[in-house]
Amino acid sequence: MGNVINIQPVTRIEGHAKIAIHLDDEGNVRDAFLHIMSLRGFEKFIEGRPAEEVPRIVNRICGICPWMHHLAANKAVDACFGVTPAPTGHKLRELCQVMAHINDKILHFFFLAAPDFVLGPDSDYSVRNVTGIVREAPDLARQVVRMRQLGQMMLERFAGKAIHPVAGVVGGFAKPMTREERDRLLADTGELLEFALFAMDFARKDVFARYEDIIGELGTITTGFLGTVDDSGALRLYDGHLRLMKADGTITEFPVSEYDQYLAEHVEAWTYGKMPYAKCWDEGFSMDLASPKGIYRANTLARINVADRIATPYAQEELEAFRDKFGRPAQGTLLYHWARLIELVYACERSIELLQQDDIMDTDVRARAEAGAGRGIGAVEAPRGTLIHDYTTDENGCIVRANMIVGTTHNIAPMNMSVKEAATSLIRGGDYDEGLLNKVEMAVRAYDP
Amino acid sequence: MGVRVAEEWLHSCSGCEIALLNIGEPLIDLLEQIDFVHIPVLMDHKYYGRKGEGDRLDIPEAEVGIVSGGVANEEHLEVLEAMRRQCRILVALGTCASHGGIPALMNSWGMEEGIKDYYATPTTDPCQVPGEIVPAPLDRVYAVDEKVKVDLVLPGCPPNPRLIAEVVTALVEGRDPVLPDKSVCDTCPTRREGKGGVPRVRRFLDNAEYDPHRPVSEMRCLLEQGFMCMGPVTAAGCEREGAPACIGARVPCRGCFGPVRREGNQMLDMMNALASNGVDFKSVVDRRSILRFSGAHGLLRKMRSGK
Repeated sequence: MGNVINIQPVTRIEGHAKIAIHLDDEGNVRDAFLHIMSLRGFEKFIEGRPAEEVPRIVNRICGICPWMHHLAANKAVDACFGVTPAPTGHKLRELCQVMAHINDKILHFFFLAAPDFVLGPDSDYSVRNVTGIVREAPDLARQVVRMRQLGQMMLERFAGKAIHPVAGVVGGFAKPMTREERDRLLADTGELLEFALFAMDFARKDVFARYEDIIGELGTITTGFLGTVDDSGALRLYDGHLRLMKADGTITEFPVSEYDQYLAEHVEAWTYGKMPYAKCWDEGFSMDLASPKGIYRANTLARINVADRIATPYAQEELEAFRDKFGRPAQGTLLYHWARLIELVYACERSIELLQQDDIMDTDVRARAEAGAGRGIGAVEAPRGTLIHDYTTDENGCIVRANMIVGTTHNIAPMNMSVKEAATSLIRGGDYDEGLLNKVEMAVRAYDP
Repeated sequence: MGVRVAEEWLHSCSGCEIALLNIGEPLIDLLEQIDFVHIPVLMDHKYYGRKGEGDRLDIPEAEVGIVSGGVANEEHLEVLEAMRRQCRILVALGTCASHGGIPALMNSWGMEEGIKDYYATPTTDPCQVPGEIVPAPLDRVYAVDEKVKVDLVLPGCPPNPRLIAEVVTALVEGRDPVLPDKSVCDTCPTRREGKGGVPRVRRFLDNAEYDPHRPVSEMRCLLEQGFMCMGPVTAAGCEREGAPACIGARVPCRGCFGPVRREGNQMLDMMNALASNGVDFKSVVDRRSILRFSGAHGLLRKMRSGK
């Protein structure tokens, strides 16, 4: 029997996971796994809760993307109670959702991923982190900290809480936006757009250009992709319909409400994370690297791949440049970072677009809801992938059944494949060091789990 | 060399860690006085050595240990015990660590039953509950102080970044932190006129009455408007810009800082608060929801039947 390399915990990610690389007697990789180590079970314990309370319970699924759960839940509860949200309430929800994408992307790229690139994958673990960046590039660090903070604080100022928000409510939003709030948010998002364009430029020159050798290869696998687009095929984060693309570019589209006809979830005994797959491809499920079955990916690269275009000018320009360089669909796992920055530009531009519409200050922000029996399916594109909440309520408007597919879940099977691909190509004859193991983690980090 | 700090997250969502980052620019200055020796969300210190060669979970010694999240599986417990061993002062950060938090709602069923149902949703292929490699669940969700001695508790979901900074600064300076000991109501500027005259609790299905162009201090108390607002029975600490965070968003408090006294019971206290406001407690649709943030310490127990 060979030995097992345990990378535990996987670090600079947003949850509990470990990587186990199994070596054979020659020290080559026999198999490799990403184990998801924790499970809370929100589907169960929202049972019995009044549905209108659920958007402020399920936001605790993720402290980094609480707005996504909050708003997908609000949509699902709207549908359970049969209420159409007030148009401005709907718009305020989208504004908060795209604004929340901004600080999420800054956090991931600069705080979690950048140490591998700025300080190098082989740098010592004690400096390969955000405090290392503070020492190595203090001006950049200070600007990044300030911009992420601005992204959080503009949400907090307007909506009371940035982490675990409460302002989205069944039927719309809890408070309208005043002119002063609008003007200040316009100034803030304008500053963030400038920073986003700087970040794109910085990454292109100082990060991606330096690591061209690994960007196309590390952890790269061949899969399909899932994302959300509007009727014209343009990228959408807040609403639209789902588009599933095979690796050969073939497209299937379906409304969110029919997700369970197209997707299913596979379970393995060695991980708490479920593995969604494309049931509609009728090929079953397999993580075999040479011929995967049913495997698609979600999150930034997936959305950039499935969208025909982006409806805001700077992001569209970036998409065209990206597509010229990497084709469609692009499969390089580290390209998730690049796609993440394109979406950062989009999120800033879209926030500004929404804020410039004067009806965003309309005071009619909430339609009255009546608690009752129904089923509702709500979805948004969370930073980490398509997020689906599916609730059924009783005549009292309390939850009797819930099902959720959370953004990162879509990528659990692909992450396992990327770990195996990276480990197999990096570890030969039992020869490995810490920097090399960190590269295996980089293949996971790209997915921002 | 600064003060050595180790941080871990257990049955948690990472909101506490984001709240830590939300200290913002002052955090950069604070980083000159502390050295993180272990914090999985930000740095690559591993449990089993840098090449995964160790056989015993290792966390470096630290002056200050910070733990977020409750305790719900064997790995959480192992990590928590290592943190306790290695850290001189152990801080329970956030309401999951202090009172179980939202995930302790599971205590109405127990971990095993909850997990079983999670693997039986309609989109999940027929399967067994995972049981290889992954840590086995405990029977229920525990607050950190049910398992180890805790020196300092800072609740909040999330905790207020200003108070996190105060705790860290105080520990660096070797003094006791100055933390709030009042209720959310005590920090709430809304207008109170006496009893609300609403005999039944209103569900939050339409917005409160207020003028959005006027400050929060001119809005009538939400409890008096007939909404369940847990301000009277919830620890203060969330306020920003002169109002509790949720009240600033014009929505009622749901108790996310846990009880005012650490060992208090938000459900019992809320029954009294409603009664003294002339509201019939029986009109509350789902009473377990009142313990949604503080169901550890045996407060939320298994229901006898399915309901």
